Amino acid sequence: MNKLVQNEMMKLMAKKRLLVIAAIIGVLVILFTYAQYKQVQTQQEKLGTSDWRTILQQQIIDTTNRLTSSRISEEWKKQLQTTLQQEQYYLDHNINPSEPGAPTFIRIFLENSIDLFLPLMVMVIASDLVSSEHSLGSIKLLLTRPVKRWRVLLSKYITLCLAISLIVAIAGILSYGISGIVFGYRGWGTPILTGFSVTDTGLNTSSVRSLPLWQFILMDFGLVWLVAIVVGTLSFMLSVLIRSTAAGMGIMLASLISGAILSNMVSSWKSAKYLFMVNLRLTDYLKGAAPPIEGMTLSFSITVLLVWWAIALMVAFLSFTQKDIY
Amino acid sequence: MENITLEVQNLRKTIGKKEIIKGLSFELREGEVFGFLGPNGAGKTTTIRMLVGLIKPSAGAIKICGFNIQTHFYHAIKNLGCIVENPELYPYLSGWDNLLHFVRMLDGISEERIKEVTELVGLTERIHDKVKTYSLGMRQRLGIAQALLGNPKVLILDEPTNGLDPAGIREMRQFIRYLAEKEGLSVLVSSHLLAEVQLLCDRVAIISKGSIIRTDTVKHLLSNRERVLWRFFPYEQGKMILSSLTNIEENEDETILTEFKEEKIPEWNKALVEAGIQIIEMNRKLPALEDLFLELTGGDTIE
Repeated sequence: MNKLVQNEMMKLMAKKRLLVIAAIIGVLVILFTYAQYKQVQTQQEKLGTSDWRTILQQQIIDTTNRLTSSRISEEWKKQLQTTLQQEQYYLDHNINPSEPGAPTFIRIFLENSIDLFLPLMVMVIASDLVSSEHSLGSIKLLLTRPVKRWRVLLSKYITLCLAISLIVAIAGILSYGISGIVFGYRGWGTPILTGFSVTDTGLNTSSVRSLPLWQFILMDFGLVWLVAIVVGTLSFMLSVLIRSTAAGMGIMLASLISGAILSNMVSSWKSAKYLFMVNLRLTDYLKGAAPPIEGMTLSFSITVLLVWWAIALMVAFLSFTQKDIY
Repeated sequence: MENITLEVQNLRKTIGKKEIIKGLSFELREGEVFGFLGPNGAGKTTTIRMLVGLIKPSAGAIKICGFNIQTHFYHAIKNLGCIVENPELYPYLSGWDNLLHFVRMLDGISEERIKEVTELVGLTERIHDKVKTYSLGMRQRLGIAQALLGNPKVLILDEPTNGLDPAGIREMRQFIRYLAEKEGLSVLVSSHLLAEVQLLCDRVAIISKGSIIRTDTVKHLLSNRERVLWRFFPYEQGKMILSSLTNIEENEDETILTEFKEEKIPEWNKALVEAGIQIIEMNRKLPALEDLFLELTGGDTIE
């Protein structure tokens, strides 16, 4: 099995996909860093102070003002209220929710890239892992060796998991390295609050705990990795089922984007919570944001994702070992 | 000597409701080149894909060195080397890395073997270049190299001379003969060209519409079907002499076809020369595949 994985890695590296992905992440991180830097600057200019308490106070006022507007929808109102209560809680406990520094940047970057950007990068690798062998025709050479088909596929899947881990690591390293130049590399120990739960009556703060930021980020990474593996496995399955890489990518892309859209509008369509794509924003649960559909929790979302993962893996293996190759 | 290395019994494949392969049976012996002759669409490629394990047969058995490919995939495939259609190797890897890739999928084969097969197919100079820079002939040779890596007993080549230039075809032919005669491999070659099969193979199975219509040695199959084409001057006079000796067939361009009989041809020639006929051309002619088919199937046309 070792040798087979070595083979897959050799092919992956020769295609230089990982380099392209690293370059894309690098460019994006630079953009985000600059954007955030600008944002901090304008805020300070507007308020004439760099004291975070004043800034947070201003944010709370802004949010309250928006809440009074009658034109905003019920769901959006609920989310704003949650945010408002959280901001108030941070202020009351004298904790800066966005302590400047590379670690905070990593946290924000991960939170924003978990449902679309990183899954997209993973998809680039996963969706042609099997279908490219078909379009190249090399599948015929690959499957006429004294190696059982399930072993061939398993070696590809292990390679995928390694590549995903590498992508997540690259995202972490690049965002730390690049943003640190602007925001400084310190701030791992800053406290951050987690454990907010959103209930019918509003924000429940009874189980809120304060964590050092590095622990929080570690948890973020775990969740990001999980999401990446699930999305990767789904694209992998499509890559087995559909011979055209482009079609597989298209389907995956459509479902990821529809997930991002659905999350904002499905609060009244309850059964949508079983779709994998509305369950991707796992880091929001740590942060304590309101879930897209009432009643969704971290463990619920993880369970849904794992069920999708298991089914995708099973379908991929069954199909690959049974299929006639023409 | 006559060890059977590949045995196919009553092989069938049904796709949907259509039976594509209708009960093929044949066997390959050690050291022989076996031709698989049929027009495009006769089921050659489907059969070959079943032989190498890419397609599951609907019925029947395939045994390679005594191992059934369905039940003992590992041991059966271990004795098999193949190229199905074009050898589609990884263009973004070097020739060496491609071979390394396939060596890693074999048990007990070392990197030394890569050197051996590269030398055997004559690719040593370019082996470290990327495959995308190779010519078609070189790719074909690399394809053979990968098929030979595991020291197989049976080699299956699907249209091995497809797309090669005449020199390449000749080289490939000699190489295949060498493998069979000197290395004792059984080689199965599919082709839609009768001339190629005649030059390359010991035995041949003719396949049409999913069934084998005849399995025979090439000699047998063609011996009483070969023709000689004559061209001489003056035409009418020569025609009379020849027709008195044997059955003739007249062509529109003032040439004549007779059957090819080794012991008779010199006699006929002599008779013509003695009558003062100037012989311009005597040419041994293979029947066209179409004609052979027509004869064997009794008027059944090729689709």
